[in-house]
Amino acid sequence: MVRLEEHKTEAENKAIEKMPQPSRVYIPLSQHLGKICSPEVKIGDSVFVGQRIGSVQAHVYAPVHASVSGKVTFVQDWPHPALGRCKAIVIESDGKDNNSRTYEPTNLRTEIGEFTPEKIKKIVLEAGIVGMGGASFPTHIKLNPPKPVDTLIINGAECEPYLTGDYRLMVEKTKEILQGIELVARCLGVKQIYIAIEDNKPEAIKQFGVRSSQFLVKVLKSQYPQGGEKQLIKNILGKEVPSGKLPFDIGIVVHNVATVFAVYEAVYLNKPLYERVVTVTGSCISNPKNLLVRIGTPIKDLIDFCGPLKEEPAKIIIGGPMMGIAQFSDKVPVIKSTTGVLLFNEKEASFNEELPCIRCGACVRECPIFLMPTLISLASQKELWSQAKIYGASDCIECGLCNYVCPANIRLVQNIKRAKLEVIR
Amino acid sequence: MKSKLIVNVSPHLHKDESVSKIMWMVVISLIPAGVAGVLIFGLDALWVILLGIVSALITEWIIQLLTKRRVTILDGSAFLTGLLLAYNLPAKVPFWLPVVGSFFAIAIGKQVFGGLGQNIFNPALVGRVFLVASWPKYMTTFTPPQNFDAITSATPLAIIKEGRILEKISYLNLFFGNRGGCIGEVCIFALVLGALFLFIRGYISWHIPITYTVVVGLFTYIFGQKGLFTPPLRAGAGFGGDWLLHILSGGLILGAFFMATDYVTSPLTRCGQIIFGIGCGLITAIIRLWGGYPEGVSYAILMMNAATPIIDRYTKNRIYGTKI
Repeated sequence: MVRLEEHKTEAENKAIEKMPQPSRVYIPLSQHLGKICSPEVKIGDSVFVGQRIGSVQAHVYAPVHASVSGKVTFVQDWPHPALGRCKAIVIESDGKDNNSRTYEPTNLRTEIGEFTPEKIKKIVLEAGIVGMGGASFPTHIKLNPPKPVDTLIINGAECEPYLTGDYRLMVEKTKEILQGIELVARCLGVKQIYIAIEDNKPEAIKQFGVRSSQFLVKVLKSQYPQGGEKQLIKNILGKEVPSGKLPFDIGIVVHNVATVFAVYEAVYLNKPLYERVVTVTGSCISNPKNLLVRIGTPIKDLIDFCGPLKEEPAKIIIGGPMMGIAQFSDKVPVIKSTTGVLLFNEKEASFNEELPCIRCGACVRECPIFLMPTLISLASQKELWSQAKIYGASDCIECGLCNYVCPANIRLVQNIKRAKLEVIR
Repeated sequence: MKSKLIVNVSPHLHKDESVSKIMWMVVISLIPAGVAGVLIFGLDALWVILLGIVSALITEWIIQLLTKRRVTILDGSAFLTGLLLAYNLPAKVPFWLPVVGSFFAIAIGKQVFGGLGQNIFNPALVGRVFLVASWPKYMTTFTPPQNFDAITSATPLAIIKEGRILEKISYLNLFFGNRGGCIGEVCIFALVLGALFLFIRGYISWHIPITYTVVVGLFTYIFGQKGLFTPPLRAGAGFGGDWLLHILSGGLILGAFFMATDYVTSPLTRCGQIIFGIGCGLITAIIRLWGGYPEGVSYAILMMNAATPIIDRYTKNRIYGTKI
């Protein structure tokens, strides 16, 4: 693991700011791992905030909801931050923010004490909650592991440089996150709860430290990729997730703080997941911010809101700089898994020519999974898939560290990703 | 907004490191040894070094032109090969010897395999071994140190090999290079300075060089004359069990810290590197004690270079979540 330049100072002290409603939202029907939703509204329909507008009959899926009230104007293909393009429902906002909430959140307090795990899981499913750290795996499935689990890890590591959204949530919404943790713990029936925070977030550690009793705050060294599920489990519990298995196989479930906060909102406020915190930063942005944004807002609106631009961006990244996805358009909307929008200038975006591997072994030393990235990459370039498999291509977590340290600028992650696909096939 | 945004696969951050930076850092680390070599052996040494470097660069340039590949003579790797080859030559050699050596090192040692990163053997050592085989006379005629209280022109190891008695040589003389030998190998002090620089900057690790040196020391201590298994009758004829002399003489330090550590031709994992170091140490000590040559560093490293692919195969890291 490596200590990276953090670039967090730009936005870490900016309190979460509610961004004004956009005039139009583009809500992709796939914002999760699993089956794509079918639209449940048609052009011309009026929708209110939080109304379910897309769903599907499947096990692995999460419904999508309207994030503004207004009229459905289109259902069409639209740029998508992770999939390239995806069918999206376009809603023209009427600016009224009409809501569908059926009962007052303040009356819920006593009622929640009686909520069964089944009821909580149902609410989480209906709220369309997915893993908000970037993986976007439907949360209701992770609340319902096929085997009993005894340990819950709440991931507040936020090890990607630049991103500060989870940090702000932890500082500003500590109580709410703790209530969310209680709900998740009730669903899972766990014995131990850890809250993992990197040591570069002393304020967040203090906040949780003050209030903790049933859980343990684990302060971790800030190094990349500390927030990877497998790294967290190893560094907190000293256990390894067996190759090809998932954490629940060894009795562990990991949830991101933002996800837990969404669970809180869904249960206590009866609020589906239609907005989230997004960090907008990077050298081209003059006012980096942590914004509470409606899902479906085009990132151009976010950029304009933090503007004016210092310089023209040469690269727009959704997510962090290590695992985020470079975008071909600023039309892409914010989705449930959008943690940040980074604007890099020409210099930061430039990348050097790829040279032959000199076998310096930096990738081998830094790989958090202890793979030999250069050998997998070589096998991939030669299309020797059985070789790539022997070298453990499918265990790669795509953290990008090998590529980061490579002095020859070899596109190791790209090659290994390809090998992974072929090995799985 | 720009009409064309750059789109590529993550990561979007890169460490400030490059192949050529690494190469030039190694070159910088070798400067003290070169300066010492010139001070000890005179300007002849400087000419040999310059000829070695220039010839390596020109060879690389011509081959890349002929094979219509991008010319990369400024990346420092050919420079380094030429420099290392020259460091492995005596100071008083005909001017064409470094030229031929560098040509062979780059052409046969490196470009034949496909250039940077593709070679199996350390190119500079390929060049040196070629010269030793072809012109042994030039390669073993050493000039005496000029500015020091000159002792002898033959190397300490050669004297021992011939069974003669090594006189008047202190460890301090060896440490500062007051002895016969190749240009870049004699001044241990300068080499250690350079190696420390590489250690501190993280360009080399202890795994190969320290293992290598320690194994040579241990082996010569145990099996050397006056060592554990030497009959007492030959005592006094040599320097039995004198591990420190073995470490300080010959090309061990230059080889262990600057040539055995060559990334391209050494194993990838730490475990593999330790095996590599042990192998180098054993072969060097065996050649020195019982072989036909007084010195065994070049052959030891080249042999272990050949073993590197197989070492790599059997020293794969244990992958997270798997058992060994």
